[in-house]
Amino acid sequence: MEITVVHYLILSAAMFGLGLWGVVLRKNLLIVFMCIEIMLNAANLTFVALARYFGKVEAHVVVFFVMAVAAAEAAVGLAIVIMMYRNRQTIRTDEWKIMGG
Amino acid sequence: MGETILFYIFGGLALLMVFLTVVQKNPVASALCLVLALFNLAGLYVLLMAPFVAVMQVLVYAGAIMVLFIFVIMLLKLRDQDLIDDQVTLPKLISLPLAALFIYILVKKFLTLGPLAFPPVDANFGAPKEVAGVLFSKYLIPFEITSILLLVAIIGVVLLAKKESR
Repeated sequence: MEITVVHYLILSAAMFGLGLWGVVLRKNLLIVFMCIEIMLNAANLTFVALARYFGKVEAHVVVFFVMAVAAAEAAVGLAIVIMMYRNRQTIRTDEWKIMGG
Repeated sequence: MGETILFYIFGGLALLMVFLTVVQKNPVASALCLVLALFNLAGLYVLLMAPFVAVMQVLVYAGAIMVLFIFVIMLLKLRDQDLIDDQVTLPKLISLPLAALFIYILVKKFLTLGPLAFPPVDANFGAPKEVAGVLFSKYLIPFEITSILLLVAIIGVVLLAKKESR
């Protein structure tokens, strides 16, 4: 069966759902960050598949920007994680609950 | 025919690696599975005639961001009591059908679109020359703003991660 754009969209939806499941499920903050990167990559795959379908190269440029912003966000997020670890020696999301009731 | 096989190989491996990333207890193993998933995605990008994006993915995502992740994982020296109770055991796998339900809602909508085959495009569709032609003419201002964003991120990271000097 020929591969259509719907195949790529379904694959991207599956990846996004698995990343979302990981963000909600895991307590290790680093793995939560990795699942956020999975979701960003699923969005990138959607962009590239639709670029091929519509024949427009602009979506490749959007993917380029998404990668740049993801790099900046990963760097700043990991720096914050390092600070949090220095402060309390834990990176579990259920240990940080100062603002909770 | 070859494209079909390659799509299923790359796509299946990417999904498997993403699943392994989510369920593993050891964060280093998770990071390495994610690197493999990113490589498989780069293969999918090549299938979609996006060679520039594929190489960017390998260089930036798998080559820089994941290396940064692994550095930080190694730096933090996680002990067992940080990782305990975080393992995805069978009771937690019961939540997977909820995620599958979310995916299914999206997939059902996509399937109503009907089989949309890829129209033929120019031979050098996603070549760096084409992407650069758009990037440096129509999207020049976002490009420059992105470089300012990266500068701000660098300054922020250096300030956040530096040790307190007492």
